[in-house]
Amino acid sequence: MAETKNMIVNMGPQHPATHGVLRLVLELDGETVVDVIPHLGHLHRGIEKLAEHKTYHQALTLTDRMDYTGALINNLGYCLAVEKLLDIEGEIPDRANVLRVCLSELQRIAGHLLWLATHALDIGAMTMLFYCFREREIIHDLLEEVTGARLTPSFIRVGGLADDINDKFITKTTDFIKKFPSRVDEYELMLTHNPIWRKRINGIGIISQEDCISYAITGPVLRAAGVSYDIRKAQPYSGYESYDFEIPTGTTGDVYDRYTVRLTEMRQSTRIVEQALDRLADGPVMLDDFRYTPPPKEDVYNSIEGLIRHFKLMSAGYKAPEGEVYMSVEGTKGELGYYLVSDGSENPYRFRVRPPCFINLQALKDMSVGHMVADVIAVIGSLDIVLGEIDR
Amino acid sequence: MEFSVIVESLKSKFGEAITATETFRGQDIVTVDKESIVQITTFLRDDEELLFDMLIDLTAVDYMGRTPRFTVVYTLYSLKNNRRLRLKAPVAQDVKISTVEQVWKAANWLEREVYDLFGIEFDGHSDLRRILLWDGYEGHPLRKDFPLTGRPQTAVYR
Repeated sequence: MAETKNMIVNMGPQHPATHGVLRLVLELDGETVVDVIPHLGHLHRGIEKLAEHKTYHQALTLTDRMDYTGALINNLGYCLAVEKLLDIEGEIPDRANVLRVCLSELQRIAGHLLWLATHALDIGAMTMLFYCFREREIIHDLLEEVTGARLTPSFIRVGGLADDINDKFITKTTDFIKKFPSRVDEYELMLTHNPIWRKRINGIGIISQEDCISYAITGPVLRAAGVSYDIRKAQPYSGYESYDFEIPTGTTGDVYDRYTVRLTEMRQSTRIVEQALDRLADGPVMLDDFRYTPPPKEDVYNSIEGLIRHFKLMSAGYKAPEGEVYMSVEGTKGELGYYLVSDGSENPYRFRVRPPCFINLQALKDMSVGHMVADVIAVIGSLDIVLGEIDR
Repeated sequence: MEFSVIVESLKSKFGEAITATETFRGQDIVTVDKESIVQITTFLRDDEELLFDMLIDLTAVDYMGRTPRFTVVYTLYSLKNNRRLRLKAPVAQDVKISTVEQVWKAANWLEREVYDLFGIEFDGHSDLRRILLWDGYEGHPLRKDFPLTGRPQTAVYR
């Protein structure tokens, strides 16, 4: 009997199936995975350090650049944290809250579509990419029309929104959400009962509820394991408690369950957008508080007081009271938290992001050991990681 | 669950180790002695009433100029009670704090990140390596005496 030994294989950081610059060192016994060692940090830009040197207003732009597939939700989480710190969270205008919900849910659908497209592509179903990007383009066009940017909008601001929406947005979004459920049916037709798809992902990457909780896994991965924890329900923000939607959960916690959970979430998000558009009433989209929010543009251009107020807020920023807050929102990947410590100055003393991808990825080893190399790809895809957020 | 109930049960069990409690903007903060961090976190996780079963976040703050210099911050969440709690443990420079890896698995990478960016060492950690920066890197970027721009050291690339 010849002596055998395990092989070490380097996967990434330039591997298309690692969703960015994730580098894995795999120890293989034949084709079976024995050990997985992730090496992170290839995209580390020091966002937390940078933010400590920016004003609260400027630091907002950094949040776009973490999870760039869910930028508006990142903006929202940060703004909620600053609003809590400034103690103005209860004063946000209704229209702003409704639009925040509407935009976050559109962003969530776009994020899930990108996940489905790339996840299916990794596993070999290339057609899904074209189907999903067809709808994702529509959402990004909508977001571009409102925010002016496709990926890094910085549109949700402390105190409300940067600008109001136009009427075109409402008609186009109504159009889209009418069409979208049938598009999800199309995806299901192609994948859910497809024997190849099911063979590839059924029973792969199982993680138990206990492990999920111990690893602090959140988002669709936790819900696929059967724990119905969603911050939109558990600790609602921006008026989510008044919307009617359900939290889908899985039973076994394998890759297939994560797939079905996310697919159902897209349908639920469509419902939320629909309700949000229904209750959209006229009103301001920005809180008028001379201490923290810029004045309306007419004032800036036509009055010296408005100009001064705008100039002071944009150049010097505002001082936040001393203290520390933690606020979290349900991002596309899980609990996205912001922990801000203020020393009473214009800059956050400590700006900490609780990155859901980073924490979810930690369980990759537990999910992949014992499976084949090709299953590791399926597991990474099912975790829905974005390296911009993991490395920050 | 009322915050006072949590504080009461912590104080009756650990007494002196609970050094301060505070509520800011409706968020509850308990400052504890770093020596008993493992016992306190284990108690918070296992107590049938409290049941803080998730370590949502673990991070640190560098209060340069204060003694002790650092504070390790634990954000806990209880699924059963739908409740959050923040634990803070002040740690002096070049002093170790015990790992809570045995209490929650999530602590492994989070403590590595704090070690990487702040240079706080966790006693008993199974795999205390840098996680975001490379192994030969000198310095800890999130410390307040680390410059924002410029090169604090000549980088050694692998």
